Amino acid sequence: MSVESTNLEPKGIQGLGKAIKRKEDPRFIVGKGGYLDDINLPGMLHMALVHSPYAHARILSIDTSEALKIPGVKAVITSRELAGASLAWVPTLAGDKQMVLADGKVLYQYQEVAAVFAETRQAAADGAAAVQVDYLPLEVVVDPFKATDPSAPVLREDIQGKMTGAHGPRRHDNHIWTWDVGSKDETDKALAQSEVRIKQHMVYPRSHPAPLEPCGCIGDMNKATGRLTVYMTSQAPHAIRTVLSLVTGIPENNIRVISPDIGGGFGNKVPVYPGYVCAIVGSIVLGAPVKWVETRTENLTTTGFARDYHMDIEIGATRDGRVTAMKVYTLADHGAFDAAADPSKYPAGLFSICTGSYDFQKAYAEVEAVYTNKAPGGVAYRCSFRVTEASYLIERSMDALALELKMDPAELRLKNFIQPQQFPYPSALGWTYDSGDYEKTLKVALDRIGYSELRKEQAEKRARGELMGIGISTFTEIVGAGPSKDFDILGLKMFDGAEIRIHPSGSAIVRAGTRHQGQGHETTWAQIVSEELGLDVDKIIVEEGDTDTAPYGLGTYASRSTPTAGGAMVLGARRIREKARKIAAHLLEVGEGDIEWADKKFAVRGVPGKSVTMNEVAFAAYTNLPPDLEPGLETTYYYDPPNLTFPHGAYICVVEIDQGTGEVRVQRFVAIDDCGTIINPMIVEGQVHGGLTEGFAIAFMQEIAFDNQGNHLASNFTDYLLPTSLETPRWETGHTVTPSPHHPIGAKGVGESPTVGSPAAFVNAVVDALAHLGVRHIDMPITREKVWKVLRQAGVDSF
Amino acid sequence: MEITLLINGAEKKLNVEPRTLLVHAIRDAGLTGTHIGCDSSSCGVCTVVLDGKTAVKSCTMFAVQAEGHAITTIEGMANGGKLHPLQQAFYDQHGLQCGYCTPGMIMSAHALLQHNPSPSEDEIRFGLSGNLCRCTGYQNIVKAVQQAAQMLQQPVGTAADD
Ligand code: FES
Ligand code: FES
Repeated sequence: MSVESTNLEPKGIQGLGKAIKRKEDPRFIVGKGGYLDDINLPGMLHMALVHSPYAHARILSIDTSEALKIPGVKAVITSRELAGASLAWVPTLAGDKQMVLADGKVLYQYQEVAAVFAETRQAAADGAAAVQVDYLPLEVVVDPFKATDPSAPVLREDIQGKMTGAHGPRRHDNHIWTWDVGSKDETDKALAQSEVRIKQHMVYPRSHPAPLEPCGCIGDMNKATGRLTVYMTSQAPHAIRTVLSLVTGIPENNIRVISPDIGGGFGNKVPVYPGYVCAIVGSIVLGAPVKWVETRTENLTTTGFARDYHMDIEIGATRDGRVTAMKVYTLADHGAFDAAADPSKYPAGLFSICTGSYDFQKAYAEVEAVYTNKAPGGVAYRCSFRVTEASYLIERSMDALALELKMDPAELRLKNFIQPQQFPYPSALGWTYDSGDYEKTLKVALDRIGYSELRKEQAEKRARGELMGIGISTFTEIVGAGPSKDFDILGLKMFDGAEIRIHPSGSAIVRAGTRHQGQGHETTWAQIVSEELGLDVDKIIVEEGDTDTAPYGLGTYASRSTPTAGGAMVLGARRIREKARKIAAHLLEVGEGDIEWADKKFAVRGVPGKSVTMNEVAFAAYTNLPPDLEPGLETTYYYDPPNLTFPHGAYICVVEIDQGTGEVRVQRFVAIDDCGTIINPMIVEGQVHGGLTEGFAIAFMQEIAFDNQGNHLASNFTDYLLPTSLETPRWETGHTVTPSPHHPIGAKGVGESPTVGSPAAFVNAVVDALAHLGVRHIDMPITREKVWKVLRQAGVDSF
Repeated sequence: MEITLLINGAEKKLNVEPRTLLVHAIRDAGLTGTHIGCDSSSCGVCTVVLDGKTAVKSCTMFAVQAEGHAITTIEGMANGGKLHPLQQAFYDQHGLQCGYCTPGMIMSAHALLQHNPSPSEDEIRFGLSGNLCRCTGYQNIVKAVQQAAQMLQQPVGTAADD
């Protein structure tokens, strides 16, 4: 097989739309990436944590004496020592608080109980194994529906009887908040009047982002200067610095957070974890750098899980297939602490995008969050704050409605799409969609996969007793949080910053408040600047992740980098171009009004050949300035987006099911994405491949499950299954381009669309293959065992 | 205990505990391109090549067991500043995103191509199935290995300078 290498070298002026190879790759392919665990500081100590074997238990005693006898062990801390520094509990990003180390009791299996500091990694591990803890096991709450039962044990004794939380009244001791949006009465009325109504219960199971690099931190307190340097696998280093300053009392300018190369994040590396806090406290107390790198088991059992939404939906429609109203109730299992990383005003994130791509006149959504004996989290796993749950819900439900109406699911969607002329579109639940052309994107996907032939093939196969299914998902995302009027985390407004410095010789360094973890910012930010300023991409260095040098910003997650920092980068570059225009006029000895920016140069209007490049202007900015102009060619720009962006896509999946084994084989998967203007098509395609693979994993493999004692059943990669190259389907990708009208270059963000949009396509395909057997829904992950049971229940023979 | 490991052609004298895993010994010797991603020998980010042909997850071996074997890590792949065809192909084909799996993936592919210089797509997928990647969805990794296989089969002198 011949392989084409058509991607371009990252050299010269390479602006928007160019598939240039990534500028960050040369260090990674030779093994010279600099990830957290690659950093070693002189005199550095290592930390290991002691974890609870119980999901709910009172701690009777902790004996550290044996641990302290182990050679190399320097210290052990428990909640008691942390309390001395007022750090026994820390605030979460969701307005709750959480224990750093277990304070009196443990609330989930593997909860952190003590931290051991030692000269070597091995001694720290030996020390952790030698800490003796006496537990009194308590009754465990695993099922979120049982958490609300009056007889359920109270999990959070620290707030027992406190009937108001960060997001309003609490109805009982295991209740966190209830959030709703839309008009319940009007929706109920519209549903009652609807000719057809469907109801469906579905679970978006607990999952975990599991980036291949685990989380880690090095605390490095310099007692001589009072300066704290923290190396951390963080997607949001600036916000972390602010939080650290608030909880430790160290002035923010005396804290430097460095987020080095990150081996994947997917939302896992947004929150602050107990291990980070302990490593920092250890460094402050012991006066030496302290490194903590979690094990995979620690990663899967204690750090930010995702989803765990138990959803009930009701949809009304006319008999000819026009949707009228939708109503949703969701029970959200948040685990032991509410540590979701959602914007403050939105405890259920952007779940109210659940009306999707369809023109619902009436809608109402209610989400109720409860505590259980599981690890905290609720992070946006390759997802813009619960949009994944919302998208799955509506796309799954549209198929359920199509089945009820005996209508083709593509036809039902086409009938109900918001039309291009309706944008900006005000949704029933309060969003203003910026742009979209849903019909066009779906038609491209239908054509590409050969939809009508596939339906014929399916009918023939069904007649022969073979199981084939086709699943569609035409999702709308909501990303780029967000406009400061609505979006903040802990009060920090969610704008983002970019700094551009052009040096006299025409090379540039640009920095942003975001922090990439594989998304390719070192390339795409350079392309934006190359486009706007006519500089060579190979002369532009992009830096992120060091709070001492980069401008403030809330980081990279929720597909927000391009909509926020990308906007800042464009407008910062344009501000520089305006100043450069003055210098160009001076160099060309004409009035500023005679200068035009054409062909990525400053030219004198109407005088061919009379022009200067940005390189020449940059030199003049330091050597030959017009009078009265401030020297230099730099700027810092903070961009507060006017709205969110609403990428969309049409995905179609074809599956075949082995009726003997229950194995589902994905035969084809076509993904047509519309993320507005594309900066680098190669990177966009790569993001889509990766996101689809995670969607596939969630649909068929990944699940963080528990037994009824709260034992974690997916604590390593032999139990928590990630797809390998063998299982992963071949992806067929494409795009339509509907630019965002409000983003400076019309870009919308893409990194998460495929994870958001694809699970429904997979499940819809499986259900479509089995619908004639009476199957209406199967919850993810769709394992062979589940399908096998469904087939046997439907009376299908194995052979 | 004192051991001597031959890593990328250079002898490294190391002082290790008997329980020290090879991956830790390699990383402690300053070669941090070999990564760690799990506790159960499932992810493959620690993969190195033993004696020029066998891919080994270096977290499944004690450092002391590697004495007497030649170990190749990602740092030993480029030859005098010229990228190995696999490295070049991963770069050309966008075969990496966060880069964390990349060294192990390249080492596994290296061993695969030693045994099978022109593997089919299915053989590549099978050969790399011990290496997880969370970012790329494998498709461009497969393309990269195909490109590298082609580059390695071109007669010396015409090899992929353009
Ligand atoms: S570290 Fe995961 S297989 Fe070796
Ligand atoms: S590139 Fe990130 S894990 Fe493979």
